[in-house]
Amino acid sequence: MTDKEKHGKKELVIPGEIIASGDDFLPGDWTQKQGKDIIAIRYGVLEKQDRIVKIVPISGVYIPRRGNFVIGEIKDLTNAGWVVEIGAPYQAFLPLRECLGFIEESEMEGIYGIGDLIAVKILNVKRTSIDLTMKLREKGFGKIREGAILKINPHRVPRVIGKEGSMISIIKEATGCNITVGQNGLIWIQGPSVENQIYAENAINFIVANTITEGLTEKVEKWLKENKGDKK
Amino acid sequence: MTKEEKSLYTKRFDGRKFEELREISAKVGVVPNADGSAIFAQGDTIAIASVFGPKIFHPKNQQNPEKGVLRVHYGMLSFSVTERVKPGISRRSQEINQVTEWALTPVVMLEELPGTVVDVHINILQANAGTRCAGINAAALALAHAGIPMREMVSAVAIGKMDKTIVSDVTKEEEDYEDGEGATDIPMAYLPNSEKVTLLQLDGKIQPEKFKEALLAGKEACKKIAEIQKKALKESE
Repeated sequence: MTDKEKHGKKELVIPGEIIASGDDFLPGDWTQKQGKDIIAIRYGVLEKQDRIVKIVPISGVYIPRRGNFVIGEIKDLTNAGWVVEIGAPYQAFLPLRECLGFIEESEMEGIYGIGDLIAVKILNVKRTSIDLTMKLREKGFGKIREGAILKINPHRVPRVIGKEGSMISIIKEATGCNITVGQNGLIWIQGPSVENQIYAENAINFIVANTITEGLTEKVEKWLKENKGDKK
Repeated sequence: MTKEEKSLYTKRFDGRKFEELREISAKVGVVPNADGSAIFAQGDTIAIASVFGPKIFHPKNQQNPEKGVLRVHYGMLSFSVTERVKPGISRRSQEINQVTEWALTPVVMLEELPGTVVDVHINILQANAGTRCAGINAAALALAHAGIPMREMVSAVAIGKMDKTIVSDVTKEEEDYEDGEGATDIPMAYLPNSEKVTLLQLDGKIQPEKFKEALLAGKEACKKIAEIQKKALKESE
């Protein structure tokens, strides 16, 4: 606790570091029990919840999870659907039957062509492939036609969103932009003007640069006030 | 036992103590487009490592469904030494690719990443001996920074024997030392937590008892380097 108070930052751990010993703690995500000690097997922030110690990664490639809302780029068209690049280590596929409306095979390229960005949800994560879907009773799926795209590290997305969307709603309110955050680190910003979009982009980049800082919400509010300028 | 003969090499060319390392600086996150990256400078030897992946492995027939594949590419940039290095694959770089891969594979938990590939690119910006060790140190930092699951870190150092003296972290000038028994170069990579050696090469000749001494010196030097690596990762944010 003293360390946190000194720097206002969370504790970082490296692979192989002993993070707890004895039987008082249980190994959580990205940790391993070796004899009496619990060691970290990944670089990240150390978190202790009751008796469980776990590592929250702050860098690296996106790990797909079922139900994640992601933004992807169309890489290829096959007769059954689209191959989508979502930044995961495995190939993601959007089948025709999981798309909105009825689509003929001949119309496919007109609907989503190669290079188009689409907002989709992960239906299933298999061992070495990912299934995508748009057929859910939710809004916001489909092709991205306007606005700006910002790419950040996917492990820093939870901080950008905040607890129950608190952080992102502060930015939305302050910048007047509509922001859609994909869990894979792609963020879609639609604003009334380019200046507002850049303002939102800079605010998100500020959060990304200060991911491991404690009490980030207050700092972001302060940053938004200081950098407001003549926008809106 | 006969009285040990005096070594001709009594003072190092750069005035260091025999077990002293060159000045080391390390930093992670230097290549923005890579998933993980690090720069590791050991005196005049500077290595940059960038990690890409885990990503889809093409061609598919080379995929391993049981575990991931680690690919290492080592290259000396053409301006890294006084005489221009021809870019591309050479006999030497192929050897270093292989030994670096072997040095890193025991710590990387590839079984967590089936069917994927992790690419490690090591580039030597400036060379003054010990480039494969600097490359391994940079690669270990970059792999950790890329969030690849690892059992622990790897540290590497080159130990030398100048005539009869064991020295840590040799320079090019020392590598070319010719008096007495001449120079022997022993690059080694060490896992400081589990106390295992993952790289051990020998260029020159050495007595068995001197070799044990060299190994102990190498372990001590690697522990010092491990502390610097730890600091670089912990103070990166």
